[in-house]
Amino acid sequence: MKTLCSPTAVLVLACWLGSSAQALEVGQLAPDFDLAGRTTAVKLSNYKGKTVYLDFWASWCGPCKQSFPWMNDMQSRYSAKGLRIVAVDVDQNSDEAKAFLKDNPARFDVAFDPSGKTPRAYAVKGMPTSVLIGPDGKVLMVHNGFRPEERQALEAQIKLSLKDQ
Amino acid sequence: MKRALLKFLALAALSGVAACGTLGQVSPWEKGHLAKPEMGFEGDRLDTSFIEHTYSSKEASSGGAGVGGGGCGCN
Repeated sequence: MKTLCSPTAVLVLACWLGSSAQALEVGQLAPDFDLAGRTTAVKLSNYKGKTVYLDFWASWCGPCKQSFPWMNDMQSRYSAKGLRIVAVDVDQNSDEAKAFLKDNPARFDVAFDPSGKTPRAYAVKGMPTSVLIGPDGKVLMVHNGFRPEERQALEAQIKLSLKDQ
Repeated sequence: MKRALLKFLALAALSGVAACGTLGQVSPWEKGHLAKPEMGFEGDRLDTSFIEHTYSSKEASSGGAGVGGGGCGCN
Protein backbone atom coordinates (compact mmCIF):
# COMPACT_ATOMS: atom_id res chain seq x y z
CA MET A 1 0.00 0.00 0.00
CA LYS A 2 2.77 2.37 0.91
CA THR A 3 4.47 1.91 -2.46
CA LEU A 4 1.19 2.69 -4.22
CA CYS A 5 0.43 5.74 -2.17
CA SER A 6 3.57 7.75 -2.66
CA PRO A 7 3.73 7.77 -6.49
CA THR A 8 0.00 8.44 -6.59
CA ALA A 9 0.34 11.39 -4.26
CA VAL A 10 3.18 12.77 -6.35
CA LEU A 11 1.14 12.31 -9.52
CA VAL A 12 -1.94 14.03 -8.13
CA LEU A 13 0.17 16.87 -6.79
CA ALA A 14 1.94 17.25 -10.13
CA CYS A 15 -1.39 17.42 -11.97
CA TRP A 16 -2.72 19.98 -9.53
CA LEU A 17 0.36 22.15 -9.79
CA GLY A 18 0.41 21.82 -13.56
CA SER A 19 -3.16 22.99 -13.94
CA SER A 20 -2.97 26.05 -11.72
CA ALA A 21 -1.16 29.01 -13.23
CA GLN A 22 0.59 31.46 -10.95
CA ALA A 23 -1.00 34.88 -11.09
CA LEU A 24 1.06 37.84 -12.21
CA GLU A 25 1.67 40.26 -9.40
CA VAL A 26 2.50 43.94 -9.23
CA GLY A 27 6.23 44.51 -8.72
CA GLN A 28 7.14 41.26 -10.41
CA LEU A 29 9.41 41.27 -13.47
CA ALA A 30 7.24 40.94 -16.59
CA PRO A 31 8.05 37.73 -18.49
CA ASP A 32 9.92 38.47 -21.69
CA PHE A 33 8.60 37.33 -25.07
CA ASP A 34 9.81 37.29 -28.63
CA LEU A 35 6.91 37.13 -31.08
CA ALA A 36 6.21 37.73 -34.73
CA GLY A 37 4.86 41.19 -35.42
CA ARG A 38 3.32 42.77 -38.48
CA THR A 39 6.66 43.57 -40.06
CA THR A 40 9.39 42.79 -37.55
CA ALA A 41 9.66 40.65 -34.44
CA VAL A 42 8.26 42.11 -31.22
CA LYS A 43 10.40 41.55 -28.16
CA LEU A 44 9.49 42.93 -24.76
CA SER A 45 13.08 43.48 -23.65
CA ASN A 46 13.53 45.88 -26.59
CA TYR A 47 11.12 48.25 -24.86
CA LYS A 48 13.28 48.67 -21.80
CA GLY A 49 13.25 52.30 -20.70
CA LYS A 50 9.70 52.79 -22.00
CA THR A 51 6.41 52.35 -20.22
CA VAL A 52 4.62 49.48 -21.94
CA TYR A 53 0.87 48.96 -22.00
CA LEU A 54 0.70 45.29 -22.91
CA ASP A 55 -2.70 44.15 -24.11
CA PHE A 56 -3.86 40.61 -24.82
CA TRP A 57 -6.62 40.56 -27.42
CA ALA A 58 -8.38 38.30 -29.90
CA SER A 59 -10.49 38.91 -32.99
CA TRP A 60 -13.47 37.10 -31.45
CA CYS A 61 -13.52 39.21 -28.28
CA GLY A 62 -16.05 42.07 -28.31
CA PRO A 63 -14.50 44.29 -25.60
CA CYS A 64 -11.11 43.98 -27.37
CA LYS A 65 -12.70 45.60 -30.40
CA GLN A 66 -13.99 48.40 -28.19
CA SER A 67 -10.53 48.94 -26.75
CA PHE A 68 -8.76 49.50 -30.08
CA PRO A 69 -9.87 53.13 -30.72
CA TRP A 70 -8.99 53.95 -27.11
CA MET A 71 -5.55 52.36 -27.41
CA ASN A 72 -4.94 54.32 -30.64
CA ASP A 73 -5.87 57.46 -28.76
CA MET A 74 -3.60 56.63 -25.81
CA GLN A 75 -0.67 55.81 -28.09
CA SER A 76 -0.95 59.07 -30.01
CA ARG A 77 -1.43 61.13 -26.85
CA TYR A 78 1.34 59.66 -24.70
CA SER A 79 3.95 58.31 -27.13
CA ALA A 80 6.06 61.46 -26.70
CA LYS A 81 6.14 60.80 -22.98
CA GLY A 82 7.43 57.28 -23.50
CA LEU A 83 4.33 55.10 -23.71
CA ARG A 84 4.38 52.10 -26.03
CA ILE A 85 1.27 50.03 -26.54
CA VAL A 86 2.00 46.43 -27.45
CA ALA A 87 -1.05 44.34 -28.33
CA VAL A 88 -0.50 40.60 -28.35
CA ASP A 89 -3.03 38.71 -30.44
CA VAL A 90 -3.91 35.28 -29.08
CA ASP A 91 -5.97 34.00 -32.02
CA GLN A 92 -5.11 30.43 -32.83
CA ASN A 93 -5.45 31.44 -36.47
CA SER A 94 -3.50 34.65 -37.09
CA ASP A 95 -5.35 35.22 -40.40
CA GLU A 96 -8.50 36.03 -38.42
CA ALA A 97 -6.49 38.60 -36.50
CA LYS A 98 -5.17 40.13 -39.72
CA ALA A 99 -8.73 40.44 -41.06
CA PHE A 100 -9.74 42.09 -37.76
CA LEU A 101 -6.87 44.56 -38.08
CA LYS A 102 -8.11 45.59 -41.53
CA ASP A 103 -11.43 46.66 -40.00
CA ASN A 104 -9.91 47.95 -36.77
CA PRO A 105 -6.69 49.75 -37.61
CA ALA A 106 -4.07 49.62 -34.88
CA ARG A 107 -1.62 52.48 -34.69
CA PHE A 108 0.51 50.68 -32.13
CA ASP A 109 2.69 47.59 -32.09
CA VAL A 110 0.95 44.28 -32.66
CA ALA A 111 2.40 40.82 -32.06
CA PHE A 112 0.93 37.42 -32.85
CA ASP A 113 1.02 34.47 -30.50
CA PRO A 114 -1.08 31.62 -31.92
CA SER A 115 0.57 29.17 -29.53
CA GLY A 116 -0.77 30.94 -26.42
CA LYS A 117 2.59 30.80 -24.69
CA THR A 118 2.63 34.48 -23.70
CA PRO A 119 -0.88 34.65 -22.17
CA ARG A 120 0.03 31.51 -20.24
CA ALA A 121 3.20 33.14 -18.92
CA TYR A 122 1.16 36.17 -17.86
CA ALA A 123 -1.59 33.97 -16.35
CA VAL A 124 -4.28 35.82 -18.31
CA LYS A 125 -7.63 35.39 -16.56
CA GLY A 126 -9.92 37.04 -19.08
CA MET A 127 -10.02 38.71 -22.45
CA PRO A 128 -8.79 41.33 -22.87
CA THR A 129 -6.16 41.63 -20.16
CA SER A 130 -3.84 44.59 -19.98
CA VAL A 131 -0.58 44.82 -18.09
CA LEU A 132 1.20 48.09 -17.46
CA ILE A 133 4.96 47.58 -17.37
CA GLY A 134 7.36 50.22 -16.09
CA PRO A 135 10.64 51.26 -17.76
CA ASP A 136 12.46 48.85 -15.42
CA GLY A 137 10.41 45.92 -16.77
CA LYS A 138 8.38 45.51 -13.61
CA VAL A 139 4.62 45.08 -13.55
CA LEU A 140 2.77 48.23 -12.41
CA MET A 141 -0.81 47.13 -13.00
CA VAL A 142 -2.82 44.13 -14.19
CA HIS A 143 -6.27 44.87 -15.52
CA ASN A 144 -8.90 42.38 -16.54
CA GLY A 145 -11.44 43.22 -19.25
CA PHE A 146 -12.25 46.51 -20.95
CA ARG A 147 -15.32 48.49 -19.98
CA PRO A 148 -15.88 51.93 -21.51
CA GLU A 149 -16.55 53.43 -18.06
CA GLU A 150 -13.08 52.36 -16.89
CA ARG A 151 -11.21 54.27 -19.59
CA GLN A 152 -10.56 57.27 -17.39
CA ALA A 153 -9.19 55.19 -14.53
CA LEU A 154 -6.91 53.33 -16.93
CA GLU A 155 -5.71 56.58 -18.45
CA ALA A 156 -5.00 57.92 -14.96
CA GLN A 157 -2.86 54.84 -14.26
CA ILE A 158 -0.92 55.39 -17.47
CA LYS A 159 -0.43 59.06 -16.66
CA LEU A 160 0.77 58.22 -13.18
CA SER A 161 3.31 55.69 -14.46
CA LEU A 162 4.67 58.21 -16.98
CA LYS A 163 5.01 60.85 -14.30
CA ASP A 164 7.09 58.52 -12.13
CA GLN A 165 9.87 58.35 -14.69
CA MET B 1 3.33 -11.46 -9.69
CA LYS B 2 -0.41 -11.05 -9.87
CA ARG B 3 -0.25 -8.44 -7.09
CA ALA B 4 2.39 -6.49 -8.93
CA LEU B 5 0.32 -6.54 -12.10
CA LEU B 6 -2.72 -5.38 -10.16
CA LYS B 7 -0.73 -2.55 -8.63
CA PHE B 8 0.54 -1.55 -12.05
CA LEU B 9 -2.97 -1.57 -13.50
CA ALA B 10 -4.32 0.45 -10.60
CA LEU B 11 -1.58 3.01 -11.01
CA ALA B 12 -2.12 3.17 -14.76
CA ALA B 13 -5.86 3.69 -14.30
CA LEU B 14 -5.27 6.32 -11.64
CA SER B 15 -2.77 8.24 -13.73
CA GLY B 16 -5.25 8.18 -16.60
CA VAL B 17 -7.95 9.63 -14.39
CA ALA B 18 -5.59 12.21 -12.92
CA ALA B 19 -4.53 13.27 -16.40
CA CYS B 20 -8.18 13.94 -17.27
CA GLY B 21 -8.10 16.70 -14.70
CA THR B 22 -5.90 18.76 -16.97
CA LEU B 23 -8.14 18.27 -20.00
CA GLY B 24 -11.18 20.18 -18.78
CA GLN B 25 -9.68 23.62 -18.64
CA VAL B 26 -10.19 25.96 -21.55
CA SER B 27 -8.02 29.00 -21.02
CA PRO B 28 -9.52 32.44 -21.69
CA TRP B 29 -7.38 32.86 -24.81
CA GLU B 30 -8.54 29.53 -26.23
CA LYS B 31 -12.20 30.46 -26.48
CA GLY B 32 -12.11 31.45 -30.15
CA HIS B 33 -14.36 28.61 -31.27
CA LEU B 34 -16.66 28.90 -28.25
CA ALA B 35 -17.15 32.60 -28.99
CA LYS B 36 -18.74 31.92 -32.38
CA PRO B 37 -22.47 32.75 -32.46
CA GLU B 38 -23.34 29.24 -33.63
CA MET B 39 -21.88 27.83 -30.42
CA GLY B 40 -24.66 29.44 -28.37
CA PHE B 41 -27.92 27.69 -27.50
CA GLU B 42 -30.20 30.40 -28.83
CA GLY B 43 -31.96 30.38 -32.18
CA ASP B 44 -32.58 34.07 -32.49
CA ARG B 45 -29.94 36.44 -31.18
CA LEU B 46 -32.18 39.49 -30.85
CA ASP B 47 -34.82 37.56 -28.96
CA THR B 48 -32.18 36.07 -26.68
CA SER B 49 -30.67 39.45 -25.94
CA PHE B 50 -34.11 40.69 -24.78
CA ILE B 51 -34.62 37.64 -22.60
CA GLU B 52 -31.08 37.94 -21.23
CA HIS B 53 -31.62 41.61 -20.46
CA THR B 54 -34.79 40.89 -18.47
CA TYR B 55 -33.30 37.89 -16.78
CA SER B 56 -30.11 39.64 -15.68
CA SER B 57 -32.03 42.64 -14.33
CA LYS B 58 -34.37 40.36 -12.36
CA GLU B 59 -31.50 38.32 -11.02
CA ALA B 60 -29.21 41.32 -10.55
CA SER B 61 -26.52 39.51 -12.47
CA SER B 62 -25.14 39.45 -15.94
CA GLY B 63 -22.87 37.30 -18.00
CA GLY B 64 -22.36 33.59 -18.07
CA ALA B 65 -24.64 33.11 -21.07
CA GLY B 66 -21.88 33.10 -23.65
CA VAL B 67 -18.24 33.87 -24.18
CA GLY B 68 -18.70 37.44 -25.37
CA GLY B 69 -21.03 38.39 -22.57
CA GLY B 70 -19.36 36.69 -19.67
CA GLY B 71 -17.33 33.83 -18.47
CA CYS B 72 -14.33 35.30 -20.21
CA GLY B 73 -14.26 38.27 -17.89
CA CYS B 74 -14.91 40.68 -20.75
CA ASN B 75 -18.05 42.52 -19.72
